[in-house]
Formats: sequence, structure tokens, C-alpha cells
Amino acid sequence: MEKIGAVMVVGAGIGGSQAALDLADSGYKVYLIESTTSIGGVMAQLDKTFPTNDCAMCIVSPKLVETGRHQNIDLSINCEIQDVIGEAGNFTIKVLKKSLYINPEKCTGCGVCGRECPVEAIDVFNEGLANYAATSVKYPQAVPLVFAIDKNYCIGCGICQGVCKAKAIEYDRKDEEVEINVGAIILAPGFDEYIPPEGNLYGYGKYKNVVTSIEFERILSASGPYAGRVLRPSDGDVPEKVAFLQCVGSRDYTGKGKPYCSSVCCMYTAKEAVIAHEHMHQIQPTIFSMDIRAYGKDFDKYIIRAQEEYEVRYIRSRISSITEVPETKDLRIKYETEDGTVVEEDYHMVVLAVGLNPPNDAQFLAEKFGVELNEYDFAMTDIFNPVQTSKPGIFACGAFSSPKDIPDTVTQASAAAGCVNQLLHEKKGTLITEKTLPPEIFVRGQPPRIGVFICYCGINIGGFLDVPEVTKYASNLPNVVLADNNLYTCSADTQTLIKDTIKEYHLNRVVVASCTPRTHEPLFQETIREAGLNRYLFQMANIRDQCSWVHMNEWDKATEKAKDLVRMAVNKARNIEAIERIKLPVTQKTLIVGGGISGMVAALNFATQGYETFLIEKQKELGGFARHIYNTLEGGNVQEFISDLIEKINSNKLIRVFTQAEIEIIDGYIGNFKTTVIHGSKKEKTEFEHGVVIVATGAKEYQPTEYLYGQNNKVILQSEFEKLLNTSNDINDKKSVVMIQCVGSRNDDHPYCSKMCCAEAIKNALLAKQKNPNVEVVVLFRDIRTYGFKEKYYREAREKGVIFINYEENEPPEIISEGSILKIKLKTLKMGEITIESDLLVLSAGIIAKREDNEELAKMLKVPLNDDNFFLEAHVKLRPVDFATEGVFVAGLAHCPKTIEDSISQANAAVARACTILSKDEIEVEGKIGEIDMARCTGCGMCIDNCAYNAIELIDDRRFGRVAYINSILCKGCGACAGNCRCAAIDIRGFTGEQIFAMITGRN
Amino acid sequence: MNEITSESKQMKNTDDEWEPKILAFLCNWCSYAGADLAGVSRIQYPPNIRVVRVPCSGRINPYFIVKALLDGWDGVLVSGCHPGDCHYLTGNLVARRRFGILKDLLEFFGIEPDRVNFMWASAAEGERFAVLIRKTTKLVKKMGPNKKFEKKW
Repeated sequence: MEKIGAVMVVGAGIGGSQAALDLADSGYKVYLIESTTSIGGVMAQLDKTFPTNDCAMCIVSPKLVETGRHQNIDLSINCEIQDVIGEAGNFTIKVLKKSLYINPEKCTGCGVCGRECPVEAIDVFNEGLANYAATSVKYPQAVPLVFAIDKNYCIGCGICQGVCKAKAIEYDRKDEEVEINVGAIILAPGFDEYIPPEGNLYGYGKYKNVVTSIEFERILSASGPYAGRVLRPSDGDVPEKVAFLQCVGSRDYTGKGKPYCSSVCCMYTAKEAVIAHEHMHQIQPTIFSMDIRAYGKDFDKYIIRAQEEYEVRYIRSRISSITEVPETKDLRIKYETEDGTVVEEDYHMVVLAVGLNPPNDAQFLAEKFGVELNEYDFAMTDIFNPVQTSKPGIFACGAFSSPKDIPDTVTQASAAAGCVNQLLHEKKGTLITEKTLPPEIFVRGQPPRIGVFICYCGINIGGFLDVPEVTKYASNLPNVVLADNNLYTCSADTQTLIKDTIKEYHLNRVVVASCTPRTHEPLFQETIREAGLNRYLFQMANIRDQCSWVHMNEWDKATEKAKDLVRMAVNKARNIEAIERIKLPVTQKTLIVGGGISGMVAALNFATQGYETFLIEKQKELGGFARHIYNTLEGGNVQEFISDLIEKINSNKLIRVFTQAEIEIIDGYIGNFKTTVIHGSKKEKTEFEHGVVIVATGAKEYQPTEYLYGQNNKVILQSEFEKLLNTSNDINDKKSVVMIQCVGSRNDDHPYCSKMCCAEAIKNALLAKQKNPNVEVVVLFRDIRTYGFKEKYYREAREKGVIFINYEENEPPEIISEGSILKIKLKTLKMGEITIESDLLVLSAGIIAKREDNEELAKMLKVPLNDDNFFLEAHVKLRPVDFATEGVFVAGLAHCPKTIEDSISQANAAVARACTILSKDEIEVEGKIGEIDMARCTGCGMCIDNCAYNAIELIDDRRFGRVAYINSILCKGCGACAGNCRCAAIDIRGFTGEQIFAMITGRN
Repeated sequence: MNEITSESKQMKNTDDEWEPKILAFLCNWCSYAGADLAGVSRIQYPPNIRVVRVPCSGRINPYFIVKALLDGWDGVLVSGCHPGDCHYLTGNLVARRRFGILKDLLEFFGIEPDRVNFMWASAAEGERFAVLIRKTTKLVKKMGPNKKFEKKW
């Protein structure tokens, strides 16, 4: 069967959107199918995100708008999968597009219907904590901004049809069945939260002040039911004492919840506690948890900050009961402390950290797509490729394959895109459409001829201010050739009108006064471009969202404000110029620094797609850190995997491997790098060009100085123990093995979790027990962090008799060496001081960054490191494999400690991100960027310090001497340099000083 | 010309109370979006601000603010992303540093500190945006018209 250059992405949360964007940017047609009425998924419901406390809506909405507007993404909402046939490369999917009862082509999202609707429906987005109309959008910033009628509530009164000026409401609109032909499928349906069933231990559903974490998230949100104030549902009082209960529905073997760990609850609970305290300082959060699983990058620091700065109290306990105090509606919690005493405390509110369940329709999806589910009903995935489902050509990403947080979801989404690239590369670019546009009309130097279009927006603007008056005012402004008003300026017929008017009146600037440029500017820019005007010869005045809607009872003043806003836009329009976007050629070759698993996976992916790849390894042979690992906890044979990879790399003609190699220079920028490498025992020098760089330099194992390591040969590292278990039978004559966790992790020198040591310890403990069932294995731990499905092995280890004993950071175990005997002394809360005799002490040494190497490379690539000397990505949540410097990506341990599976995902993700650049012959860079007036520049260099993108450097100009130079490829146009330039030598195109002055001045 | 305009402005306002005109610089990614959200949520606030959209609060040259005051705006408001949230990584931090100095300088000139206000509002804080506008308007109103830079000769 012939392969198809299109992809279907099922589910348009943050994962689905990311995968769709990566693929669409790489030249594939994408069908994005969403079951609800808007995209964004759970992330859009969140208030803030850990560990940076970024506002979730701020960071996600630009991405959603981009998804909604992308030329190559065909977005369908309210859909249901009917039938799937075919195989990898060629699938046919039948999709039912359920009717919204509103014509999405005509709906402008103005919302009048919802305001007039007399019926109240439950607001699902706000988790049932508020009501809204039966005619609605999910949330105000929804993409696509199309209303839908909820037929469950609609009474068919017809009011909305009457008020809709766009005539978009069609009660008899039918469902539609479509057939879609694609080459690959990505499943990203996300998860459903665990809802405590009736009669649950926590009194959820019975007691009003017991809420789930996702409900609490809405309570925290500024756009939530209480406008960001933290109030308890029973009486609207501020709850001063809030208890957070962890592991609700997770790590539960009673059969009521799920046996696995939901991975994210520890962190989101810490975040909710912090934000609650931040919103209202009188709130004192208490968190009841078993282990604190802060295993991700910078998570531990967040927990410490929560405790120290936000007065969050942690209690290591699983509570035994909750009862409501009838008079006050407070909640009485009974729990056992670590030393065994039973305590009762009253709280004003209880938040249940509910776990992540597989999506409710997981079984349905699995059946339709023919993919297998695992024992917990999540998608089963390949042991060494966490995005590959059981069926070739179908990939899974995000929480569908296991509970995970946003960065891991985004990484996997890109990884799935990376795997699709590998499968469909020869069909790239076959199904995308490119618009043919007329040549641009040259307008420079011509007197401005401005056309102003003022929108009524149905009654949204026209109902609250005097649109004809504003139109009259606008028509009298200097250089305005024509001012007109329209019922809906964004409607399709008005676009034609604008184009015709531009031609008829020879307009060379267009101003639209309507809604917000954030959603509608690209539409109008496209329109004027179709009429032959440069996209940037456009201005918008926001007279709806920032005028008529916020001054609904002040007709005169709103009209006056609208006039001012229109005048300011016209004043700016008079000064705007066409901006040409710079185009750059792209060298379609890649450089990968580091030949460990991440580097090798990335190299093979690139080579499969036909990109020539240079792979640089510092050591004599490929393999990296994983050479010391024999198996994964889940049973994957790592040694076999690596030798297979090395063989494939060596036999691939497109991959050039340099061993014992060091980089001398990396020069250039996105699409056009030039690197010199010194390699081999003879120190040969090779120079080559490439378009992208992936940093996969890895990390190293901490070499302990504590616990007698290096002084007593009975003290060994976990990696040495693994070798001993796998290559000898020495374990058979051992009686007792003691393991110490967190050696060189989570301390002052390395204040982070190394993520993999708990799993490594349990893996080796299980193997030791398997080889010698009589050996006693004791694990001394601070928190056992077997997140996700790894929890199973933790339980298995306990069942097999591995003993786990908790120790505190400030009271580490003490090692006494008495001749041939090792004694380990430890203070415990329950048993007091204990002493264990042991034949072997195994230290779970953490992962540390290669500081010197990383610093050197970071300097060459102009990318940052974090406090722990790991590479720092562009955005912790949404750009986990990108650097702020474009064209450079990161994968594997160089980024932070992680498992082999995560490294593989990240490597494929980095490839997918790189392919958005490599798939084009030339790339276009943003037009609204900085430019330097060399005649004014004194070369002081202040701008260089302010530039977050390293886009500015000082050069020696033949005429002007030492002056600043902006690399227009790296510049993002933020203007931090221009705001600071004392000589006014820097300007930002599209936001020039002249334009802003024009807006400020010229009042009348 | 200047005098005539200020005269006609005062004439227009004789029948009702004097209303200040405040110039608001909003960053595109957070505050401008927050202002839009206030609109979508129909949260009402006084109609005194006139918005200039900028890519980032870091773009705002102190001269823009001075120019606005020179041109007779009664107040200037600058709002960006919360510290740490900047779309451009550090732009708002650069801005914060810069405006701290500018505010001192303006005070030295004899401009009432409350005329020029800096604040943060995120894309999810429609309500907060409205509250801040109400507060700022009240502050500037209390100050009366900005006549400090009016030409007297």
C-alpha cells in the first residue's frame, strides 16, 4: 500500500496540540480530532504549573491559537471515532463530527447567544462549581472560539437564534460522517481523574468542604468560580487550615483505587498548597503523604521552598478517617504519626489529591485502533520506545500511556512526531497546501492612504457605543481615505469587501477597529496580503474586549474612548512600513554531541530520514552511561539494545561517527552552523557544516566520599553491585546486603533527586533475592520514588521480603567497620536505634552533571546551565527539548537525571523539533525584530546584557567603528535592548519609537 | 495649539466631573491578554485608560513615559507579566529595574509618584486587571490634571 503524507492526532490537549504542530511544521497534513468542543485539555483548566508557578493559561493559549490557525492542521471538534482500517503508512478512519447546532463557519464567538440563553447548565470546565448557559464555549479563551448548544439542557426556546446577528444558529444541523486517509496515527486522549466513589473514606460528595484537587485548581484560578479567592464551598469563608491528602485513588491495593502511583500528585499538591498560601496568607496548608515523590528536574527545590517559604507542613501518614463537624462543617481528620501515636485534628477544608485514571474511553479507543492496553488499561508501549503502541504506525503520547506531567507529555508528543517522521519521511510535503499570493504592492515613500473598518460585532460593540459616530470621527482623521462600518468585520463577506476596497481606493494601510489582535490580527493580515499589501501594513484598535465590553453602561465615555483608540491606531498606521521577513537557507545536516543512548537514537532517526549526521563521542566507544546497566526495572535488556544500536549506527552510511572527539569551535546560527572537531588518537581535525545541534552529552555517576566508599571493599556502588549480580554468583554466599539511597542526591551539594536510583535499587534487590532467596536485603531510604507503574516492583520487593527502612536527611546511617564485619547503625522513629550487620553495603550514588564539559559547551552554543550544571531548556513546561537559542536541542542526562525510556523519548522529541527546521529549504524569521542605527550606536554594549537570546554582539564596522550588531535570525523582537538604549540607536520594527510616539501624541 | 486643545478639553468636561486620561502600556502576552479576559468576562472598570500594545514591558523606553507626561496625559500605567513569567525570559525583569530608576527620577522632577504606576497582571487575571485599573484611576484622579509640563510662556 502506498504511504500517505498525512497524520491523525486523536485528542487535542497539550500533547495532541504539540504533536500536531511539530508534524504540520515538518510538512505533513494533520487531522486533529477532539471529542470535546475546544482544545487545550486539562492544562487549560490549571491555574499555575509547577515548578515555576507559571500561569497555565498564559503559556498554553498562544500554542492553542497557533494550533487553531495552522494552515496544515485540520481541526475538528466534537468528534467520535467510528472505524479504523489499514496498516502503518495507510490508514482510513471514519469520524463522526457531531453537530454543535451552530454553524462553525459563521459563528464569530461573540457570545451574545450565551448571555441571552435562559437555561443554566452545569459548567464542566469549572468542575461543576459554577453554572453557565446551555449555549456556550468551554472557557473564555477557547480555541476554536465557536459556541455550541448543549442539547441536554437546551429547551429550544429560539432566543439565541433571534439574537444571533451572524445567523450561525442552526437547530437542525446534522451530524456529519467523514473518511480520513492518513499514514500514521497519534493517540493523545489524555486521562480522566479518579473520582472517589460513593461511600468513600474521605466523605467526598457527602461533605461539602471536601473537594478534589482539580476542583481546587479551579477555585485557585483567577478565571474560576470565585475569581481566584480561596473560599470553601459550604459557606464562602476563607479556610485557614487546609489539609491535602495524597494518593487518593493511587497506590491503593484495596481494589477501590488504582495500584500504581499517579506520578504527578505530589508536585501538583505542593503547588496548590503554595498557591493557596500565596493567594491568601492566612491559609496554612498541611499535606499528608506517604512518600514525597519529587523526582523531576528542580522538583525537590520546590518542595523545600514550599516548606520553608510558604509554611507548608508535611506529615508522613495516610489518614485513617475523616468526619464532618456538623455545626461548623469543619473536617476532623484522624491519623497515626510516624512514632505510632494517633492524633485528631480539625481542618476547614480538605483537598483530595486524586490520581490519574486511564481515559474513560480507553477500552473503546483500544478496540477501534487495535492497540493493546496494559494491566491498568493504559496504552501498552514498547519497552525501549515509550511512544510506540503494540500496532505499527500508531503511536501514543502523554497520559494515555502512563500518568505523567506536562513536560513529559510535551516531550512524548514531540517524540511521537519524531517517530512519525521516521515512518513517513518520503511523503513529507506531499499533502500540504501552499497559498499562491499576488506580488506585494510597493508602498514605501507613498503618502499614507488609510482605510478604517469599524465593527459593530453584532451588538457587542454597536450596543454599547456609537459606531457611526466613531466612523465619522475616523473619516476626518488625516490620511484616512475611507472609514466604513460592518456588522461583522471578521465574516467572510467582509474580507472580500476589504480586499475590493483596498483595490478601489488604492489603500496602502488598513486599520480595523473591532476585537482583539491576539485572536484576529492574523486573519486580517492574511486578507490584506491577499489584496497585495504587505502583512505588516495593518493596525488594529481593540474597541470590544477593552472598550465596549468593559464599559457597558457608559455610552458617551465608551464612544470617546473608542475614538481615541481608533485615532491612536490611525496615528500608528500612518507611520508603519512594510516589513520583509528574512529568509535563510538551511544546511540539511545534523550534529549530535554525545554518543550515548540519546545521541545514538537521535542519529539513527535522522539518518533514517535521509539527513547526514555527525555523531561526536568523547570516549573511545559509543554507548555512554548505559554501558553499565544490564537490564531495566521493567526487564528490558539494555546491553542487547545498545549493541544493536551501535551496529545500526556503524552500518549506516549517512552517520559519521567521531570517537575520542572534542569540539574546537562551533560557529553560526540556526540552519547554518560550522563546527571543527578534533578526534581520534592522532588528533585529526575535521570541519563540517550542519543546520541543527542536539546536545546529548550525558552525565556521570557520583563518586562518594562518604560511607567508607573507597576505604572498605565491602562498600560498593549500585552499578558495581549490578555488575556483580549479572556477571558472577558472588551473591550466593552473602547473608545480608544493605543499600543506602540518596547518596550524593538531595543534599546541599546536589539538591535534586537522581530519579533512577530507587528503581535501580529495587531492580537489584529483586535480582539478588531471585538468585539467592536467603539473602537479606535492607534498603535504607528517605522517600521511595517508584513513580508510575514502577510502584508494582516496589510492592513486589516488599512481598519478596526486601526490608525498607526510612532515615532522615539529618540523621544518616553510620557505618562501623570492625575487622571483616560491617555494621550499620541507624536511628528510626518506630524502633529506636538499630544496628544491622552486613556483608555488602551498596550505595545508590546519584547522577551528577559533567560540570567542566557542560560549561565549555554551553559557552560555545550560547545556551544556559541551571544551578546544578545541567542544561537549561527554553521553557520548563512547554519547550522541554528546545533551547532559547534556536536550532539547538537537548536530550538525555545532559538535561537532568532520567530513565533510559525518558532519554529515548527526548532524543526522538529533539529530532522532531529539529525536523521542523530541516524539512524546509529555507526558513523565514520573524519580521518584527530589532534593528540598529549604526550612526547612533556608541558601542556601549548595554543591549548585549539585556538580550536574553544572545542575539547581539559588538562588531567593528568600517565606517562607524565599534557598534552593536543584531543577528536578525536570533532576535525575537522583545525590545529589551531598545528600551534600554541610551542613544536611541535601536528600534523594533512594528513597535518603533516613532510609531509609539505617534500613538501617544496628536491628541485633540 | 496646545492651549486651545486643553481649553476645549476643559470646556467639554465642565458639566460633569473631571476625568483623567491614562496611557496604559500593556505587554502582549500577559497583561494585554488579561485585559482581553476582563472584557470577555464583562468585568466593568472606568473608561479612562488608552492602551498601547507592546511586545514586552522590556520594550518600553523610559522616554515613552516621559513623552506621555509631556504631552499632557494625566497618568501612565505600565503592566507586564509577573516576574518570572516573561514570554521573552527576562524582559519584565529588565523593565522592573529600569522603571525603579525612572520613578525616582520623576519624583526628583516633582512628578507625583502616583501618576506613573507599574503593575503585573497575567493572562488569567481579568478580575485583577480591572481592580488595578480602578485603583490607578482613583489615584490619578485624586492628583488632578497633569500640568507640570505645561508651557507657561
